[in-house]
Amino acid sequence: MDTSIFQRGKTETKSAHLVRSWKNKIFFSVVLLFALITISIVFLIIGTLVAKGYRQINWSFFTQVAPDTFDAMMANASGRLIPGGILNGITGSIFLVAIASILAIPIGVIIGIFLYENPHKRYANLIRDIADVLQGVPSIVIGLIVYLWVVVSVTKGYSALAGSVALAIMMLPLIIRSTEESMKMVPESLKEAAVALGTPYYKVILRVLIPSSFSGLITGILLAVSRVLGETAPLLLTTLGNSSVNWNLSKPISAVPLLIWQFYNDPNMVNMIWSSSLFLMAFVLILNILSKWIAAKKSIQ
Amino acid sequence: MNSDKITKYVLFVTSFIILIVTGGMLYSLIQGSLPSFHTFGWKFIISPEWNPTKGNEHYGALAFILGTIYTSVLALLVALPMAFSTSLIVAEYFRNSWFANVVSTCVDLLAGIPSVIFGLWGFYALRPFIVHIGLTQQGFGVFTAGIVLAMMIIPYAASLSNSVIMMVPNELKEAAYSLGATRLEVIWNVILPNARSGITASYILAFGRALGETMAVTMLIGNANIVPKGLFSMGNTMASVIANEFGEANGLHLSSLIALGLILFVITALINAAGKYIIKKFA
Repeated sequence: MDTSIFQRGKTETKSAHLVRSWKNKIFFSVVLLFALITISIVFLIIGTLVAKGYRQINWSFFTQVAPDTFDAMMANASGRLIPGGILNGITGSIFLVAIASILAIPIGVIIGIFLYENPHKRYANLIRDIADVLQGVPSIVIGLIVYLWVVVSVTKGYSALAGSVALAIMMLPLIIRSTEESMKMVPESLKEAAVALGTPYYKVILRVLIPSSFSGLITGILLAVSRVLGETAPLLLTTLGNSSVNWNLSKPISAVPLLIWQFYNDPNMVNMIWSSSLFLMAFVLILNILSKWIAAKKSIQ
Repeated sequence: MNSDKITKYVLFVTSFIILIVTGGMLYSLIQGSLPSFHTFGWKFIISPEWNPTKGNEHYGALAFILGTIYTSVLALLVALPMAFSTSLIVAEYFRNSWFANVVSTCVDLLAGIPSVIFGLWGFYALRPFIVHIGLTQQGFGVFTAGIVLAMMIIPYAASLSNSVIMMVPNELKEAAYSLGATRLEVIWNVILPNARSGITASYILAFGRALGETMAVTMLIGNANIVPKGLFSMGNTMASVIANEFGEANGLHLSSLIALGLILFVITALINAAGKYIIKKFA
């Protein structure tokens, strides 16, 4: 207890008060400044992408495959736009994510339901902890492992399958945890009512649990998809890239982030970097907003 | 067997998949890195020399372990005040206002930006700036990578801190205000002590993220296989060297890269477990 306050004159306490209030104000200004800097990073990055990338976004950007380095060099030399687009990347990304979703969503949702049904069992806690560990594994390490598992052993070469498996492993923990969380939101009484009617367990899951937590499930899945859409490192080790459109699981395939990486490593392609980054960013953002919108709609009901 | 039992059985058996995947990962990493550990033993971890030249092959991870730690610690130090400030804005100063909404939306957006785009922005926007103000000759290095890494982990550090700060009981804050405390004093003497473990956990998890980030670091750290000599020195991290050298690696070289992956796996798993443990104790 500070007893000096009783001995000091009135003016002194006033100045002590002033010091405290100034400290308070300065602290607030610093906090506000740091927060504004953080916000401005987002605008800086998106602004750079838009300013440098919009020029290349045209019809052929979506309908043609990536140009080779010679065509790009000729275009740059004569001041024209670089011909070609990122069709091989777009189709590749869609293909990879679709296969990854087919692999990860059913398994993830089932494991999520398992965790929800056994909230405190020791084995379920172990599974939950392992899902958390898996979520923290760096993506490049997942790439390494899938290289050993699929590229070396199954497809004997870089392949779309390997990339899909890598992305599926990254999606799995996200879907498991979001399924469990959204199931927890389902009112217990709804489940009890179904059980009381003598409904079989699998029907309770299919007709009550999944439909009533559907928007939560979709939100989790969309977030998982938007997370793996931008992944580059594991794809470098598993799918390598492809200069043409590929729909074959056992062949190398391209993806938008992989194309960005290739353009980055090719001095002739600089302009293509920004337009493909802008496209990727827009795609990821739309998925994010969509999932937020679905989540918000749910909370109103 | 009735259908209920079958359903329970299906749920139970499916959960093995994640055990098999994670266990298999660890097994494959150990299996793949054995040749390297056999050849170099403990020296793999303590030797800073990394030479893939055929005939003179020698692999030691120390340079990359230190590079990873330097960049991640720098990232954490830079991200810490940023993430803490945004958390205070969202959860305390402007709680439930439009401004808090804007800030938290921006932080969410930041989390959605792919790593390779952060790398590009660092390469084309931040690196020239660093060269311009004369910090380094070419702009590559631990400093540049660490700054961009910091931007990438702010969302991870902030998101958990937000909810922890929001959970501090209002009565405690009101009691402090009624004694004449200022906002700063409430934050320092009421919010921080109450939310400390949760905030710590969020920074630990963010640190774990920084350790494994690959693309942005690969594009900015300079890719020199040396122990970084200072803040502005070039270097390499475990993740970036895997990404860089994987394409042309085979034999002992590949095994050593897998060994790096194993070290990265173990470190990030331990750090994540520590973070989750703190949260569990806190909750």
